[in-house]
Amino acid sequence: MSASTAGRFVGQSVKRREDPRLLTGHGQYVDDIALPGMLHCTFVRSDVARGRIVRVDTSAARAVAGVTAVLTASDLNPHAGTMQPTLVMAMPGAPLRPLADGDVRFVGEPIVLIVAESRYVAEDAAELVEVDIDVEPPVIDVERALDDGMPIVHPELGTNLGGEMEFPVSPELEALLQGDNVVRRTFRQQRHTPVPMETRGIVVAYEPAGGAIHAWMSTQNPHEAKQAIARVTGVPAHLVRVEAHDVGGGFGQKFFTPREELTVALAARRLGRTLKWIEDRRENLIASNHARADVAHCTFALDTDGRLLGTYIDHIEDAGSFPVGATGGAGQLVGLLFTGPYKCPLASLRTRAVWTNTCGRGAYRGPWMFETVAREQMVDAAARQIGIDPLEWRRRNVLASAELPYTLPTGLPLDMVSPAETLEQAAEIIGYDAFRAEQRRVFAEEGRLIGIGLGLYVEPSTGMMDPMGTETAVVRVDPNGQVTVSLGTGSHGQGIETTMAQVVAEELGIEFDDVTIVQGDSAVTAYGRGTGGSGTAVIAGNSCRNACAIVRAKAIEIAAHLMEAAPDDLEIVDSAISVRGTPTRSVAFAEVARIAYLETARLPEGMEVGLEATATFKAPPFSWSNACHACTVEVDRATGVVSILRYVVSEDCGVMINPMIVEGQVAGGVVQGIGGALYEHFVYDDDGNPLTTTFMDYLLPTATEVPTIEYGHVETPSPTPGGHKGMGEGGAIGSPPAIFNAVADALALVGATIDHTPLSPEVVLLALG
Amino acid sequence: MLPVEITVNGEARHAAVDARRTLADFLREECALTGTHLGCEHGVCGACTVLLDGEAVRSCLLFAVQADGAEVTTIEGLGGPDGALSPVQDAFREEHGLQCGFCTPGFVVSVTALLAENPRPSEPEIRDALSGNLCRCTGYQGIIRAVQRAAGASE
Repeated sequence: MSASTAGRFVGQSVKRREDPRLLTGHGQYVDDIALPGMLHCTFVRSDVARGRIVRVDTSAARAVAGVTAVLTASDLNPHAGTMQPTLVMAMPGAPLRPLADGDVRFVGEPIVLIVAESRYVAEDAAELVEVDIDVEPPVIDVERALDDGMPIVHPELGTNLGGEMEFPVSPELEALLQGDNVVRRTFRQQRHTPVPMETRGIVVAYEPAGGAIHAWMSTQNPHEAKQAIARVTGVPAHLVRVEAHDVGGGFGQKFFTPREELTVALAARRLGRTLKWIEDRRENLIASNHARADVAHCTFALDTDGRLLGTYIDHIEDAGSFPVGATGGAGQLVGLLFTGPYKCPLASLRTRAVWTNTCGRGAYRGPWMFETVAREQMVDAAARQIGIDPLEWRRRNVLASAELPYTLPTGLPLDMVSPAETLEQAAEIIGYDAFRAEQRRVFAEEGRLIGIGLGLYVEPSTGMMDPMGTETAVVRVDPNGQVTVSLGTGSHGQGIETTMAQVVAEELGIEFDDVTIVQGDSAVTAYGRGTGGSGTAVIAGNSCRNACAIVRAKAIEIAAHLMEAAPDDLEIVDSAISVRGTPTRSVAFAEVARIAYLETARLPEGMEVGLEATATFKAPPFSWSNACHACTVEVDRATGVVSILRYVVSEDCGVMINPMIVEGQVAGGVVQGIGGALYEHFVYDDDGNPLTTTFMDYLLPTATEVPTIEYGHVETPSPTPGGHKGMGEGGAIGSPPAIFNAVADALALVGATIDHTPLSPEVVLLALG
Repeated sequence: MLPVEITVNGEARHAAVDARRTLADFLREECALTGTHLGCEHGVCGACTVLLDGEAVRSCLLFAVQADGAEVTTIEGLGGPDGALSPVQDAFREEHGLQCGFCTPGFVVSVTALLAENPRPSEPEIRDALSGNLCRCTGYQGIIRAVQRAAGASE
């Protein structure tokens, strides 16, 4: 944080206001909600990836004492409205449905919903449901899903191609790609899944007399949940209220409103009861949403000095059966961003989303991040192929500040980023050159394999698609001068109650402790985008700023009237409005607030009573942030185990609101990326049976595997009022290729190569031969 | 239904429970102590960690009847009655050792047990002691610093 931008609160590592309640067990997560008459739900799910449902016998389950209802597709599906989210309402997608009807399309698809007096009884009943399925051959391998003769995942659609975008290859690029100086590689990233520590869940009350739904959910996006529940249940949206109190992580999984929550809401509406459904971990692993299952065939065309002349990427994303949100993930951005922070005159691409009989794809922290994975791994492959150091390759190709703004070869405008600066800062912090010398020494003297890897990227926080780009803030000053701000956000670990209070206190010139943030309740906040897509600092932050500007101007106008001063001469400092340069002439902000409500005769003639403002902020199409990750690893030649020695992130998220929280977000993302690079793999067998259904099989990083993360900061303010940039996702974008490149660098000492993750001991040992 | 007497955070609780009722569900539902969280219900994530006669245990893997006659301390029982944070809780706040807060009660209880047994753990000992708790938000950075801080404070 530079001295020029640090404020009294903005730029300070203010301790989080959320923490005392969370640390003492007084958070309120969805499973903590208990209502009178509440019943408990569980789903009976398919254990077959693809097949015809021949028979569902629920009679024994219905006979269990304490069971209220056993619902199948015929009970719910005919009453359901569209399950498509607002963002992609007009786009073609999978034929979403509450419960499997006639056939099943992945292992874990819900078939029956049991409603009972307790979760224990519901699960007893679930075990008594008999489901007969005629098993049919499934589509599991995404790279074969488009072959002739393959079964079709969604018969209604007639094809396994869920979406496609292709740019024509110009004759000029074609000549380069067919030339001699090209690098071709295929990289694969394994399927993994967000794994918030709190699973999904909903408590939903439908009260037939009033016709209203009140739901509590583990969601990042209460307004979207409200709209989605209204569409599915048919209850008018103004009679639907969704609250999210504390939310135990989301990472994208809880941004849209998933199938199970909507199905339970619909059941509550049909039964006229209050229902609770809390997902168990097995369900979360097999049936919530998956991510990161990508393949790309990549080509770089280079000049004789290694400078990039043209690129081509042919990308396939595994969309699974019923994606949550957009079809597939973000394959279009994978193609559009493939050249990233490097100068490159020509590029073309093809990207396809493909249906398979697996759990649907959904958002996960940087849904498009395979562009960085594929590109950065290509960079190291290219550098090795032409015999220069990967750092030197990046120095020759990276965009310098003087070359901005720059239009990517795919047409996206890039500006206000600092990739070259973060590259140099990361290389310096990690001691790149010294490591190279050490690497040669330990290999020569001890035969040990250590390696260094870089991951450089630019990250777009896009506000292009409505409603993703807009947030509305209501800043309400009480008669005692304290401020309540309401936002449509749904914090799930970001500390929004703290950071947005910092922004408001800074803008109004009042104390941090005098500001409270209210969020996560559709009934008391204006319609908003929720929390996701690295959008809160820029979008919610600037909506707060805009509302504060109105409040500040009105407070100053009142003070000017009271003091018989010119408004232009006044400022708000330390909760007092005073004449600039003459602090003795002042009136307390709280006194102005009091007068605005309680002594209205003293207001300027004609002024509206009260002190409150509502304002929105619409984000620009792109707010770019950037970072460079650098890490060093050791590969154990005997066991194949990869150990991370050091890890450095140099990032530029513009003006930081709270550096402690910025570094916390970076660290969390990095460690999720470490999981993706080394451990996490959701595995299906050839029949579509999930093999990693517990935390004993689906391996998350623990405290023993992660390094101490070191940080460097570069600050290039964004062209938005606060100068902030999105930074929630970046940690998870840069880390997988940085680790991959470090391992590849170590393995290159003995001529071994790798092309897919996770880099498990088995994969590394196979590479070592 | 089986009668049990369990002292929870210093308060004696008499109840009749199903034999299969887990200690976690007993604490959350019968005692309304919802700070004990369930993250996996198969004994890996550690979010449900409580102290049973001073020892850290996973309340999802124990039945309530197994705690009959025992003293249980949950996250709600660690701080002061006036809302004051315990040294471990305070260190987590100071070092940004939590984000979403869901895994946090389990970590705080585990760390409390660790420091009771080993007041000045080395960093490898801290990492080893934390390996039975999963956090998905923090990357463990602030948690490890928090343990070091709490250990320093207890010297």
